[in-house]
Amino acid sequence: MTADTSSRTSPLAAWADRLAGLAPALTVVERPFLTQLTVRASDPDAVAALGAALGVAFPADPCTFTRGDGPFGDVEVLWLGPDEFLVVARSDLDPRVPVEEALRTALGSARGAVVDTSAQRTTVALAGPHVRDVLAHGCAVDLHPSAAPTGTCVQTLLARAGVILQVVDAEAGVFTVLVRSSFAEYLAAWLSDACVEYLAGVS
Amino acid sequence: MQLIPCPWCGPREETEFHYGGQAHVAYPQDPAALTDEAWARYVFFRDNPSGPFAERWSHSAGCRRWFNAVRDTRTYDLLAVYDAGEPMPDLGERDEVVS
Ligand SMILES: [Zn+2]
Repeated sequence: MTADTSSRTSPLAAWADRLAGLAPALTVVERPFLTQLTVRASDPDAVAALGAALGVAFPADPCTFTRGDGPFGDVEVLWLGPDEFLVVARSDLDPRVPVEEALRTALGSARGAVVDTSAQRTTVALAGPHVRDVLAHGCAVDLHPSAAPTGTCVQTLLARAGVILQVVDAEAGVFTVLVRSSFAEYLAAWLSDACVEYLAGVS
Repeated sequence: MQLIPCPWCGPREETEFHYGGQAHVAYPQDPAALTDEAWARYVFFRDNPSGPFAERWSHSAGCRRWFNAVRDTRTYDLLAVYDAGEPMPDLGERDEVVS
């Protein structure tokens, strides 16, 4: 039998039902195949030009992300380091090459790089009344709204797996976790297990 | 759990970091000119003070940036954090113990 390579399978496709079973304590939804571009640039003018090309200013502060609507639709820019960013765009951009090219053009002759890393990570949207309780089982970062307001974006360990954790809405308790595809199933299994104690209590 | 203040990300758990040994160990100007003994001294010999010690650390599970930190080897207190490439900051009146 030959493998069917004509269609894409997301890293957590096989986990969709089990993750859906964690609701309402925790709602876990994979958002697969998002366009992700790693951007390296340190020159302030180049960073401003990159933001202008996207229609979303790049985050100026460490451990934050920005979001906006531009020529490529709803786009997020995540701070990964003092000269490193992750641009996350919709999955249905077809082809995705124009985003990459627009960023390369904006970078111009400034020192830097734009690399498509879409396959590196999958994205998991987390919400629900116990989302902070579950995350606290495996993540030491303080996620209280006073310490991690909306717009926070930290790279840290969740159950010893490297993740990028975005606070999408601190008041409502909505988070996004970007995890490497090869760690996604491990993280799904860990989330399922960490959630067990909250399943009975929520009716 | 020991917290280490990353210059970019703020205080994070020690498990997010990778230790890089003594800071300010300059690569020899002309390695080929070194005697075996001098090369071995560069590669293997490090200070081992009881007290403040300048070290390299990488926030490997976070922003993945290298930085320098002064740690008191007696108490594990992190006395200062500064950029790689900067000189060790003056810590003022410290009871530095040099063995
Ligand atoms: Zn850091």
